[in-house]
Amino acid sequence: MSIETKVIELEEVSIRFSGDSGDGMQLTGTLFSDTSSLLGNDISTFPDYPSEIRAPQGTVAGVSGFQIQFGNKKVSTPGDLAHVLVAMNPAAVKANAKFMMPGGTIFYDSDSFTQKNFEKAKFKTDDPFTELNLLDFKKVPVPITQLTRESLIDLEIDNKSILRSKNMFALGLICWVFSRPLDYIETYLTKKFGKKPLVLESNLKVLHAGYNYAWNLQHMTPRYVVHPAPIEKGLYRNINGNQATAWGLLAASEKAGLELFIGSYPITPATEVLQALAERKDLGVKSFQAEDEIAGICTSIGAAFAGDLAVTSTSGPGFALKSEALGLSVIAELPLVVVNVQRGGPSTGLPTKTEQSDLLQTLYGRNGESPVVVIAASTPSDCFHYAYMSAKIALERMVPVVLLTDGFLGNGTEPWKVPTMAELPSITPRIAKDAATFKPYQRDPKTLAREWAFPGMEGFQHRIGGLEKDEAGNVSHDPANHQLMCEIRRDKVEAVANMLPPLEVVGESTGDLLVVGWGGTLGHLDTAVREQQANGAKISLAHFNYIKPLPSNTAEVFANYKKIVVCELNLGQFVGYLRDKMPQFKYSQFNKVQGLPFTIHELSAQFLKLIEE
Amino acid sequence: MQDTLNYTLKDFKSESEVRWCPGCGDHAVLNAVQKAMANLGIRHEDFAVISGIGCSSRFPYYMSTFGFHTIHGRAAAIASGVKCANPKLTVWEITGDGDALAIGGNHFIHAIRRNIDLNIILFNNKIYGLTKGQYSPTTDRGFVTKTSPMGTIEDPFVPGQLVLGAGGSFFARCVDNNLKHSQEIFEEAAKFKGTSVVEVLQNCVIFNDGIHETISDPKTREERQIFLKHGEPMIFGNNRDKGIVLEKGKLRVVQIGENGVNAEDVLVHDAMDQDGFLHQSLINMKYPDFPVAMGVIRAVPSKVYNEAMEAQIVEAKSKSKISSVDQLLSSGNTWRVE
Repeated sequence: MSIETKVIELEEVSIRFSGDSGDGMQLTGTLFSDTSSLLGNDISTFPDYPSEIRAPQGTVAGVSGFQIQFGNKKVSTPGDLAHVLVAMNPAAVKANAKFMMPGGTIFYDSDSFTQKNFEKAKFKTDDPFTELNLLDFKKVPVPITQLTRESLIDLEIDNKSILRSKNMFALGLICWVFSRPLDYIETYLTKKFGKKPLVLESNLKVLHAGYNYAWNLQHMTPRYVVHPAPIEKGLYRNINGNQATAWGLLAASEKAGLELFIGSYPITPATEVLQALAERKDLGVKSFQAEDEIAGICTSIGAAFAGDLAVTSTSGPGFALKSEALGLSVIAELPLVVVNVQRGGPSTGLPTKTEQSDLLQTLYGRNGESPVVVIAASTPSDCFHYAYMSAKIALERMVPVVLLTDGFLGNGTEPWKVPTMAELPSITPRIAKDAATFKPYQRDPKTLAREWAFPGMEGFQHRIGGLEKDEAGNVSHDPANHQLMCEIRRDKVEAVANMLPPLEVVGESTGDLLVVGWGGTLGHLDTAVREQQANGAKISLAHFNYIKPLPSNTAEVFANYKKIVVCELNLGQFVGYLRDKMPQFKYSQFNKVQGLPFTIHELSAQFLKLIEE
Repeated sequence: MQDTLNYTLKDFKSESEVRWCPGCGDHAVLNAVQKAMANLGIRHEDFAVISGIGCSSRFPYYMSTFGFHTIHGRAAAIASGVKCANPKLTVWEITGDGDALAIGGNHFIHAIRRNIDLNIILFNNKIYGLTKGQYSPTTDRGFVTKTSPMGTIEDPFVPGQLVLGAGGSFFARCVDNNLKHSQEIFEEAAKFKGTSVVEVLQNCVIFNDGIHETISDPKTREERQIFLKHGEPMIFGNNRDKGIVLEKGKLRVVQIGENGVNAEDVLVHDAMDQDGFLHQSLINMKYPDFPVAMGVIRAVPSKVYNEAMEAQIVEAKSKSKISSVDQLLSSGNTWRVE
């Protein structure tokens, strides 16, 4: 092995922690990224884990990974390929070989490179690196299991607990390699295991053992330095998309002066939205874990009828189950926020992988003429903003709003400059004031929004429901009235456009190629477009957060480019919608449905091809 | 405050024309509910009436209270949301045998399991009326309907058994044509804290006319129904000379004064018995072997979901350092970039 001692200075670096799903790789990755943020690096993370909680140990199916990219400038993606892989077993090497940057470094637990584990990972030979064609990588064998055991020899703990702290050894080692101090991790562990002194002591011992081991072996370990990123002044924290969504809704409820109700059913990868809100009973949140997806939305509709800011959260299959009830909130014209953290489909599909394939379901997946407002968040932290805006629109326009995020955003983390409540726009729910003139379906002439009166409000007693109504709220089967009400409900959703910001582009407002995206692909599209701009290409990016209605200037923006390419993680759903809404433009499309985000590399290649054609 | 609320039945009638078929049992139930509401001493605007889909689910339109006619089977879930969002409300759910026990079965049992403070009025006419005559989950085996031309090949649910099976704390039964008794039962259901389920044996005059007639006919009512009251002996019959006794673990009808049976031998109804064994046996009594049990069969005070939800929020607020979103956003691991 010919590894030289060296310090590599990088602008950004991407690391992948990988092991069995029981090896604690998600925690290892999270602690490392938090440490990096505290050092002032910008970060972006991507957990990649199997849907089985504990698939058979040592198999490729059971590999759980966590990728983090951090840098000294703005980092928008977790990185296409990893510079460094930490592999706890041979299966982890196999599962991640294709995600490695050529020439990168692989730290691996050499104790786990046994015949038995080669077989479990279905290697044909006892030389996995040759078999995977990883010869030009730096490979650093570390007897992690053995060293963990030795560092704990003085403590009276069982073998299982010893093996469980292997991840701390790997974390300590990587912290030295990337010049990270251990104090944040120590604080975290002390807080977590404060009541279990033995567990705390063993974790701290192993963490330091890993750090010291790397320090002692520096002659063969490459060391990386990534300087802090210059970022805006303010208070920061790391946040993932699901938590940001939950907090955005909390902020909206406080701003609107309403209590928050969430009726929901656990589903990957959306469960954390429910959990994050269930934790906030101190802010008055009423969280209701329902018996099924349908009851999730129905309890929320009940809460909306009763005057709460009502929310339900789900993912694709659950969204499908909610569709009839969503139609009820359309016709009853109640404010409701439905969060769909998209995952790979159809059916159970790829529960733990990301995809953007629920767009058409969201736009059209209900019986009857059933328009809803559709919003998509585009980074983990802007889930806060778009969740907030979803609630604002629902409450001010008396309309159900679907917020689309995805597994990549929901689980991904990034540093976030924390806003204050004072900075957030006002929210004025349309609560009825005058009982004498109140009619359930009387509307504001401009926004077409009806007024909201709920049980307990004296003098406002009225009946609503799923049957078609006239303005006074009486059931009506009159043909002309039905057409009128369908058109009104459509126009009411379209009228939301007047409260939306105009569509802006990244780059020049005219050019050869306009890249169009929506939702969670922003980081990748933005990076790839800027890369081409730096190369002199006349390329811009129009990224959509407001899907229905579209920003009013959309056609104006599109008209200024020779070509338009719509990039999305599905087989062409947004592009189909745009073709329907604005048939005057010619669209080409770039699609990927592998349960994975785009890579900058594949996007750049596609853009170049389109520009050169 | 209660003194100022002099409501009458009229205060709960809406302007909408009642469109159930002439002779439908629903008319009587509507009247009984309106009378019950007028007597409860609860502010008119604090009532919310939630229904699913089916003939009976048109009910909210005929009430002058807040009302929500929702979707098939989901009334229990929607009513649960209403009650949890605003526990001050008195929430009534109007549902039928198809709505609550077929498409909405899951919501029905889970509302009961949670013991949310709802009053569920379950209209049981053993048929689908609004879709014009198909068998329901309470239709008797072998019964011929449009979708069972050779008779059904499935056994029916007994609603009370489901309530007990779901850990229910309140179950009562009444008949549509016994308005005074129904009204009493509805008032008791409303006063009970927790999920109250009242099964109303209701006649569908078009598609299942006379389905309950054997027991509901006022002429034979006293012989074929037994009106249970907590703390009172289980006696019935025109001459109040028949009773229910427990013998070798089973209920039996006895003639008082014959074969050495005295009035003291007759069971005394204990609706508050936590153990559901006797309640189950009473629910299962069928004519002609037994009179059919009416009245409040079970009313066991139990922990109420919406009260526990409120209590947790109060507790969390009193203990937490976080009382605003600004505090939340700046809590935990944060750092300042200068």
